[in-house]
Amino acid sequence: MVQTMSDPVRAACIRRFPWPFTGDRYAYSANVEPAPGARRTLVGEWGRTILDPDETYAAELAERRDILARDPSRHVELPHMRAASWDALLWGLRELAATDPAMTLDRQGDGHVWTNRRLGTRQAFRYGDDASLPMGPLMFLGSQIQEDIVLLDQREDRLWADAGCVTFASNWSMAFTAGMSFMEIHGPVPRDFADGAIPRAERFLIRLPAGQAYRRINWTSTAGYRLDTALDSYADWGASRARMADCDDFADVFHMRVEVQHLVRLPESGAIVFLIRTYLLPLADILTVPGWRTQFASVLTHLPDDIIQYKGLATLRPRLLAHLG
Amino acid sequence: MSAPAGDLALRVERIVDVTPSVRGFVLRPADGGGLPSYAPGSHLVVACGDRRNAYSLTGEGHAPDSYAISVLHRPDGQGGSAWLHGVRPGQVLRCGRPRDAFAPVATARHHLLIAGGIGITPFLSHLWAARRWGRRVSVLYAVGAGAPVPHHAELTALAGDGLRILRGRAAMQAAMDQALRTQALGTHLYVCGPDGLMDSALALARGHGWPDERCHAERFGGVDAAEGAPFTVRLRRTGRDIAVAADASLLDALAAAGVEWPAMCRRGVCGECRMDNAAGTILHRDLVLSPAERAAQSCLMPCVSRAEGVLSLDL
Ligand code: HEM
Repeated sequence: MVQTMSDPVRAACIRRFPWPFTGDRYAYSANVEPAPGARRTLVGEWGRTILDPDETYAAELAERRDILARDPSRHVELPHMRAASWDALLWGLRELAATDPAMTLDRQGDGHVWTNRRLGTRQAFRYGDDASLPMGPLMFLGSQIQEDIVLLDQREDRLWADAGCVTFASNWSMAFTAGMSFMEIHGPVPRDFADGAIPRAERFLIRLPAGQAYRRINWTSTAGYRLDTALDSYADWGASRARMADCDDFADVFHMRVEVQHLVRLPESGAIVFLIRTYLLPLADILTVPGWRTQFASVLTHLPDDIIQYKGLATLRPRLLAHLG
Repeated sequence: MSAPAGDLALRVERIVDVTPSVRGFVLRPADGGGLPSYAPGSHLVVACGDRRNAYSLTGEGHAPDSYAISVLHRPDGQGGSAWLHGVRPGQVLRCGRPRDAFAPVATARHHLLIAGGIGITPFLSHLWAARRWGRRVSVLYAVGAGAPVPHHAELTALAGDGLRILRGRAAMQAAMDQALRTQALGTHLYVCGPDGLMDSALALARGHGWPDERCHAERFGGVDAAEGAPFTVRLRRTGRDIAVAADASLLDALAAAGVEWPAMCRRGVCGECRMDNAAGTILHRDLVLSPAERAAQSCLMPCVSRAEGVLSLDL
């Protein structure tokens, strides 16, 4: 989907964009920090809340609904994740209600009532009773928050991605990933094994106490304003990615794709919920912020080859540097 | 920035005699607010005078209005239980947030719970959750001959036919042997109770070929101190001494003394706050440093690591 935005929405997107660089170099690390917490950028701010229902809220949720209708495999839930899914739902709705005044979660008898005035949703449910919701609890949460959701079960001193509702994956597939361990999932990531950041991150997550939240940020690129770049829909977007190296309107087509990822230990099931929120910003908008321009140029210049390859920037780097310079 | 989960102030609402030697405490937030849900097998760390003891939460972990703990009076113990037995309704206790270290394994097809004496307490929340989520559970519970059974009615209501109460060592040993010999593949074992009972249960399981991943034990008395002993840092460049209290990190103590130092995760994983050129007896608690770096005793992550005595820093 290529989205056309009004000027005020576009301006807000720049202001709220979670710019991923703090210095003029980028290296993989276990870059986790306590969440939430406001982070200033050169032109604005992000990160004040864990969930971020913004100007694109209704449009992104409509898109998720369409994707799930087309391809139900984006939602996976192994049977033992039922308790974790309910735990995630309650945590997520509480968090959303605490973030957006247009939403409330009320106790009513032995159940709850969820009201979302932005979507016109009103839903009563009883905790743990699957029949009380129109869809599974994880799907329902996915219909209310923009974030993609993965649930990790902890056992045998490892983490396993045993459930998820992920429509905006960046070049991976929830259906393929379901049931994999944290280490298996990160198998394709270069360098990390040598530097040990991935195993270290897993140790950290295994020790994460109930109720605590952490976040990290990850960046890559996308052709066009396209949230769904899952491997499952590669046929729809692969070609546009390949064309990017010599398209005419490069500054409008190349998008910086930033994921703000939150990791929270759920209180009741002990599962970890991994939330991925995707933000896209066209190169044309990056060029309007001189400090971002120079930072991005410097990062690209110094990025090691294996990371350049992994992030699919090898053929794009010269063009990018020409625009940024 | 949301600080790590803060402590809870809980008012003793009610005290009940579970048995003549076991006292139950029902606790509610002193400020009238809500309480976090907790995972089955979670415990609460309670400040008992100058000690901190861990007690299993015995109620249902889902959206609780109150917490409940059951405390065995141990005349020969280290004073925590005697202190609690002197507490009266209305008194406010300082507690940590529930900690989860003995949760059921979600993929298990059956859960075999083996308890002795007061070791039954973590299994009450297991049984509550098992009922909610339809998990299959059986309980072997050893109680001294002629002694009252703590939480008997609740156990019967929750576990039904799955509950067996065994009187005396021999009866328990035979029941455990039989259960561990015949349990279907996919069963997980959880044991809590006196050391002798736990050791025999685990030895029997091993003897019958149970892999370690399917055996889970909760030993009492082992509260993992997030904090440590107080120590002193000496800033070499200025000659200043800064005291690091037992409940503060080195990083916090430096910040409180006006010494700025970069940090990110504050959990010993990201490596951002690394300090070099340190000298002293460093107690490493991070996940970042290599064994060689640890052994060198000259660098540390001040967000989690501590020292004994005096630590000298190049500041
Ligand atoms: C603190 C925790 C984590 C760290 C430090 C971490 C780190 C990373 C890094 C450095 C990459 C490479 C990304 C790039 O350069 O574009 C990556 C990729 C990825 N991560 Fe994580 N990650 C964490 C948690 C998770 C979790 C909980 C999941 C659960 C699903 C996950 C799923 C993935 C996937 C699917 C990829 C893409 C791998 C591929 O190329 O196929 N990550 N991660």
